[in-house]
Amino acid sequence: MAVKNSKTVAIVGNEAVAEAMRQINPDVVAAYPITPQTDIVQAFSAIAADGLVDTELVNVESEHSAMSACIGAASSGARVMTATCSQGLGLMWELLYIASGLRLPIVMPNVNRTMSAPINIHCDHSDSMGARDSGWIQLFSENAQEAYDNIIQAVRISEHPDVYLPVMVLMDGFIISHAVDRMDMIEDEKVKNFAGERSAPFTMLDPNNPACVGAFDTLHGYFFEFKRQQEEAMANALPVIKNVANEFEKISGRSYGLFETLGMEDAEFAVIAQGSGAGTIRHQIECLRSNGIRAGMIKLRSFRPFPAEELIEALSGVKTVAVFDRSTTFAGGMGGPVFNELRSSFYEQENKPLMVNYVYGLGGRDLSVELVKKAMEEILAMNSSGKAEQKINYLGLRE
Amino acid sequence: MSTKLKDLVKKEDVLTSGHRLCAGCGAPIAVRQILMGAPDDVELVVANPTGCLEVSTTIYPYSSWNASYIHCAFENAASTISGSEAAYRSLKKQGKLDDDYRFVVFGGDGGTYDIGLQALSGALERGHRMVYVCYNNEAYMNTGIQRSGATLKGSWTTTSPHGKESYGKTENRKDLTGIVAAHNIPYVAQASIGNWRDVVKKAQKAFDADGPSFINILAPCHRGWRYPMEKTVDLARLAVQTCVWPLYEIENGEWNLTTKPKEKKPVEEYLKQQGRFAHLFKEENQEVLKSIQEYVDKEWERIKRLSGEKE
Repeated sequence: MAVKNSKTVAIVGNEAVAEAMRQINPDVVAAYPITPQTDIVQAFSAIAADGLVDTELVNVESEHSAMSACIGAASSGARVMTATCSQGLGLMWELLYIASGLRLPIVMPNVNRTMSAPINIHCDHSDSMGARDSGWIQLFSENAQEAYDNIIQAVRISEHPDVYLPVMVLMDGFIISHAVDRMDMIEDEKVKNFAGERSAPFTMLDPNNPACVGAFDTLHGYFFEFKRQQEEAMANALPVIKNVANEFEKISGRSYGLFETLGMEDAEFAVIAQGSGAGTIRHQIECLRSNGIRAGMIKLRSFRPFPAEELIEALSGVKTVAVFDRSTTFAGGMGGPVFNELRSSFYEQENKPLMVNYVYGLGGRDLSVELVKKAMEEILAMNSSGKAEQKINYLGLRE
Repeated sequence: MSTKLKDLVKKEDVLTSGHRLCAGCGAPIAVRQILMGAPDDVELVVANPTGCLEVSTTIYPYSSWNASYIHCAFENAASTISGSEAAYRSLKKQGKLDDDYRFVVFGGDGGTYDIGLQALSGALERGHRMVYVCYNNEAYMNTGIQRSGATLKGSWTTTSPHGKESYGKTENRKDLTGIVAAHNIPYVAQASIGNWRDVVKKAQKAFDADGPSFINILAPCHRGWRYPMEKTVDLARLAVQTCVWPLYEIENGEWNLTTKPKEKKPVEEYLKQQGRFAHLFKEENQEVLKSIQEYVDKEWERIKRLSGEKE
């Protein structure tokens, strides 16, 4: 869909996110700086200092307090955002569960950086993967444009009455956060209208209807039922993510879904990837296709909820699936989290593709064109022989 | 505002009966006395860190709080209320909210002296308008009487037991009130549920302060201190009379003693009424008893000095 955009800009991912936050104009932002997320907080602080937003900016003393303040503010009816990564997300861990358990719509960019030790400030997905069972929606971005677009859509997904769950927008540290990218910005007014006003089902600041938030549940209480409802809400998010994307396309001209496909209509084998690595992989898939090789690709956008049924359908025609994971599970040779979840999704299927895993890029190790090319040659060989010599592969590891 | 009993009894209870705290617990007494000092024309948001007060007053689907209430986690009541207060300021300035709110935390000594200290310090430094009340019963009572940074030296707790090689907790408590005062916030006070009028006056000042305020209120726990449950208020008063728990306030940096005991009673009178100190009265622990009295004397002199009192 062709939509006239107000402005094409050259921008780094962190500033793109700060710009989305400016346009959304949240009531409260509580955040703590951490590399490589810092520029989001800095840029937004400058925006707030210039009076461009109504936001109360709370410069907390830790990420733990950042998420705590977000929980307090969201419970008070405010539209709330924060940002973090890596150790900061780790410090928030218990509160991630509280935010989702209280069903609070909080939007948080997480600038993916690995977890120590050894200390390393560069990209992999181990931080957000550690939070994959915390009840947060997790949307991956490939570049600054997608990070910006995801932030705007996240507000609507998070606040949808069928969902009421917090959303983490994932963007690769440095590769997206610090690299200058070409991006189309939507007009302020359009974003404002798209985001709308938050309408909360309860707020602590309603004198006629005081709220009790975070009540104590006992052994014979309702805990199990709450958790079941959370699972339901996560499943509800699948159509909501699609519907919000459809609406978003009308103001942006850009189309989103649960994942993006390339060449899947005739692909014999497919690669699945998420985040910035998808760009390098796409280039290689396109090269193969221009040589008449029926290669395909799926770029996963929504990791939580995990669109298992949709993925099975999209992959129904392929013989081989190679999953690229930028983190591992430390399960003792089981490979990365996306690989495990996709394999599990196929368990009931009669026709299962051959599945292999490529763990790559830990601690920021570069995913070069050469490496992807090497992997493609291996995948092609596996696809022809119908056998995987090695199920779990470490791409770019010095051995 | 009045501190006359005939006026105060007319105020509506914010913490209503039906909660499941122990009979004789000091915590709800502290809450009621403090909230008697809250202005009549404002709404309240109350926050608790995890603790006895929290688990006993909000058992789903019931709540004893006649106000908005939030419990988030253990170490973050101050940062949680920071967020709520920031939301209030934001919505108010945008014209999305008309009503006036005050924000109050009731945290135990575990959630305040120890695990919640960082969040408290951050919130105080940022200047959120909140009344932070530490209901201090000198140990982790909710998990079954473990030592905290507020536990007196010599005290038995389940993690500082006395034994062949130990006389109980070997360290003096930390001076949390002083630590909070070092943040230079508008109002800081120590109070005791044994001196109710003093509590109400201090609470009134705390709610009036245009910024953060803090009250450290002694609220004895008979389960943890090992005394008959009807003695809770007596012990809170005795702590003041022995100067184990001096009552003072720091208003915009000015220290003032708010209660001067007519006759300073020996610390032993206070300690001997509590099972947690019973082992100190054995022959071999005489020195410990002496050192507790010395500690109390030294602290009392220091606070008198800071308050401009003559020696």
